[in-house]
Amino acid sequence: MILKPRLEDLKIIGFYLGKIILGLAFTMAIPILAGLCFGELNPALDFFIGIEISVFLGLLLLKICHTDKDLNWMQGMIVVSLSWVVAMLLGAIPLYLSGHWKSFLDACFDAMSGFATTGLVLVQDLDHLSYTHNLWRHLIMFLGGQGIVVIALSFFVRGFSGALKMYVGEARDEKILPNVVHTSRFIWLVSFVYLALGTIALGITGIFNGMQPLNSFFHGACIFMAAFDTGGFSPQSQNILYYHSLAYEVITIIIMVLGALNFKLHYHLWMGNRREIFKNIETSTLFVTIIATFSIVAVGLTKIGSYPSAITLFRKGFYQLISGHTGTGFQTIYPQQFLVDWNHLALVGIILAMSLGGAVCSTTGAIKMLRIGIIFKAFKEDLKRIIMPERAIVIEKFHHVKEVFLEDRMVRSALIITLAYIILYGLGALVGMFYGHSFLSALFESTSAAANVGLSCGITNIAMPVALKVTYIVQMWAGRLEFMSVFTILGFLIAIIKGK
Amino acid sequence: MKINHKLALIVLFLALISYPGSFVFSQGVSSDELIKNAKEYDGKLVTYTGEAIGDVMLRGEFAWVNINDGENALGVWMGAALAKEIKFVGNYKTRGDRLEVVGIFHRACLEHGGDLDIHAQELRKLGNGRVVNQRLNMDKKNLSLILFGALLLIWILTLFRSK
Repeated sequence: MILKPRLEDLKIIGFYLGKIILGLAFTMAIPILAGLCFGELNPALDFFIGIEISVFLGLLLLKICHTDKDLNWMQGMIVVSLSWVVAMLLGAIPLYLSGHWKSFLDACFDAMSGFATTGLVLVQDLDHLSYTHNLWRHLIMFLGGQGIVVIALSFFVRGFSGALKMYVGEARDEKILPNVVHTSRFIWLVSFVYLALGTIALGITGIFNGMQPLNSFFHGACIFMAAFDTGGFSPQSQNILYYHSLAYEVITIIIMVLGALNFKLHYHLWMGNRREIFKNIETSTLFVTIIATFSIVAVGLTKIGSYPSAITLFRKGFYQLISGHTGTGFQTIYPQQFLVDWNHLALVGIILAMSLGGAVCSTTGAIKMLRIGIIFKAFKEDLKRIIMPERAIVIEKFHHVKEVFLEDRMVRSALIITLAYIILYGLGALVGMFYGHSFLSALFESTSAAANVGLSCGITNIAMPVALKVTYIVQMWAGRLEFMSVFTILGFLIAIIKGK
Repeated sequence: MKINHKLALIVLFLALISYPGSFVFSQGVSSDELIKNAKEYDGKLVTYTGEAIGDVMLRGEFAWVNINDGENALGVWMGAALAKEIKFVGNYKTRGDRLEVVGIFHRACLEHGGDLDIHAQELRKLGNGRVVNQRLNMDKKNLSLILFGALLLIWILTLFRSK
């Protein structure tokens, strides 16, 4: 028998949702300050309106739903999934007010794309967008990459046992430090240190490339946030192609790879345990899958003769591949070039890379390296069982910070999430095909949305049907939260309707 | 005289075939047309028109200027002397100079790491850019004041309730 949720459940969910909304509202103060500094008053007003609506809603929820009770698992998961939807709606308000988005749905699309660190865009006339709005576009990637709940846990919530439930609900199933609040703060520490270093590196490179110093450092900060959080937005419509710079491409590759690594691995590297990077199952799997998928892309591009030399082939092919594999979505080619200059084999290589993603507890989406590594180990174990004598005891181990024995429950969990992602990629592709796109292009765009990548072959544009926009928004949301919170909210809705 | 006419025609014909495309594409092509039919235009002389945006990025004796025709922005590689003619580049506060570029189009430029670009030979300014006057939007100002009032009201009500 399904139990109907009690009013108490709704109050607890509303109360913690209100807290997260208030946390989100305060982040809008950053673009307001930037707007005032850059002398952009109208854009600053857009955020002033956004912050007012958010604070109003947050306070209202806190007052109506006031409670002293802690969250249980179900409530924690629902708070997380609703937080992302509310963040999309509130984050889209200043974007829509700028007039650069044709509809509120388009603004919501870009807001979800930003929070979920995807990078698909529907913005119009991006080259004339204000610094203020551009900062917000990249900031929401930075916030979403770390996790909206992580922000609340780090700065606005004092330790309570419900914190873990929200932390896990946001697809972060690994704790770096014993306490989730300390873990959240460590994630922010890592991110801010890299933000400073990355902005300086990109800013100086921009100046050497001939950019104005202010523009160069602003772009540096934005591109860093988009690269480290494997987002893929850029302040200009040409994305990374705008810079026409090999140095810029090399630096962004380094940042994208750093963003695709597990924060736990960052912690060990910071603690001086550099051997971990070579021993860890995630980094070794990432290395193997990059080589495998790039081989497919390289063979495809060579066969069709897309590029005039091996160096240009490597520069274009490898950049799009790393960008896809890490889930970033930076492009140094135009979206249409995927369909006119690349062949099917090369596209399949990119789709495979996008579908795999980076490490768990990183800012990437998709299936992720730990699960791929575990599935591979399970195959290896089964093969050993077949080859070796019946009496032999077969044990498979892998290294992930420590030596771990492979257990059936790990394999089961990895396979379920992998299957869920494959279904999500497939469903999006079906909707794309329904609207007349070819199988491969529909699968490309769908995988890019669901795996939170952001590479586009041109399907994502303002003219695409509303249903396709909504499909991609749902894919970005479900893909970022890795299903558990999404399944919980679906179950909750069913319980409201059918429960007794 | 007849022989001279024939000779002139032959010279004209040879000039046409030795510089293919210069007449075909001199009317101007859009960025969309260039990207979608890049193989056809590869290595040909094209005329491309649009607004200079972002930065004029000087690289020694040359410069990169990104030119947006309303559909996409394309990178144009030109001599620094040509780039100096550009006074305004498009961003939030300015509209960039409107430029017409005549140059060789590359689908995957060997010199620039496979970029799709245009190497400019001529540059003509069709219109000057300008600083955009940003007036305070009164509708937004009023809306923010109303919302601020509503927030204040909630805060006052909260004070009363807590007492």
